[in-house]
Amino acid sequence: MSVMKRLSLIFHSKANKALDRAEDPRETLDYSYQRQLELLSKVRRGVADVATSRKRVELQVKQLEQQAAKLQGQAEKAIAADREDLAREALTRKSGITQQIQDLQGQHANLQAEEEKLVLSQQRLQTKVEAFRTRKETIKANYTAAEAQTRIGEAMSGIGEEMGDVGLAIQRAEDKTAQMQARAGAIDELIASGALDDASSINAGDDIARELDALSSTSDVESELARLKGASKPHELEQGDDILAPEQQSAQRETDNGGRA
Amino acid sequence: MIVRILGEGQYDLDDHALDALNGLDTQIELAIEHGDEEMFRTALDGLLASVRSSGTHHELDSLDESDLILPPGDATLDEVRQMLGDEGLIPGRAE
Repeated sequence: MSVMKRLSLIFHSKANKALDRAEDPRETLDYSYQRQLELLSKVRRGVADVATSRKRVELQVKQLEQQAAKLQGQAEKAIAADREDLAREALTRKSGITQQIQDLQGQHANLQAEEEKLVLSQQRLQTKVEAFRTRKETIKANYTAAEAQTRIGEAMSGIGEEMGDVGLAIQRAEDKTAQMQARAGAIDELIASGALDDASSINAGDDIARELDALSSTSDVESELARLKGASKPHELEQGDDILAPEQQSAQRETDNGGRA
Repeated sequence: MIVRILGEGQYDLDDHALDALNGLDTQIELAIEHGDEEMFRTALDGLLASVRSSGTHHELDSLDESDLILPPGDATLDEVRQMLGDEGLIPGRAE
């Protein structure tokens, strides 16, 4: 038998089994409606979970981008200080972090797609549940138990299948989110352990990082000094119009006078 | 004929569209048998695209059972194999 047909049979048999519980068919309606409401709230929770994971990944990307920028700055300073070994180390680390950022961005796109799918599933199920509720009340009001049996079968088959579909979507989203969270947790641990070097932490216990930091602060001091020196020179020029020392100025005047005599 | 693409909802299709679907469906079956991920992906994408293009969205607030059910667009070969093995499809379980 073809894949489509086999899948349909399996799906329907399971969907019907899930709803085939109550003795009185009208109880089945109430039971099923209860299940639908539970599933709807589960879908809402699922959407919230995926959104939380997505935000967490966004935060990690931001942290890693800061760290990459910091390492880039350190590499530039190391080159300026003629420390190619340190610059190489900083750039090596930066390239590792850049790879992590790319992976996380891929995950972010996946989570976003998953979130959109779940939101659509939720809207679809919401509409079906409302339709079912209307049908349920009509059946309960107008039919005896025996007559209700056939009507209920019609109402149940559609909603059962829809619930099966949304149930599957939720399950898949949960699986994917769990994978992402495990990965995100691993990155958190790497950042915490200093292996990925959290930009906001002090790099204790890491020789090269300490040296890079020391170099950073030394370079900062040097560049600040250079800036101050650079800023003070024009200031001197402004005070005296002449940059010659006083004795040089008098010698200059004598030469000028002699030259005219 | 009503066809459901899992995760997307239901489509109304003319019965004669089934012939085109059957060819692709056979390819999916072969791909699963041989574990050919590439063939599976091509056939499944083609099958779903064909349903989307030749079908119209089924009334959203109607409660009708589908005649055919197709795997989700991002399903992997292993996932579909698992579904067919009567595993991993847990409709409406809301605990």
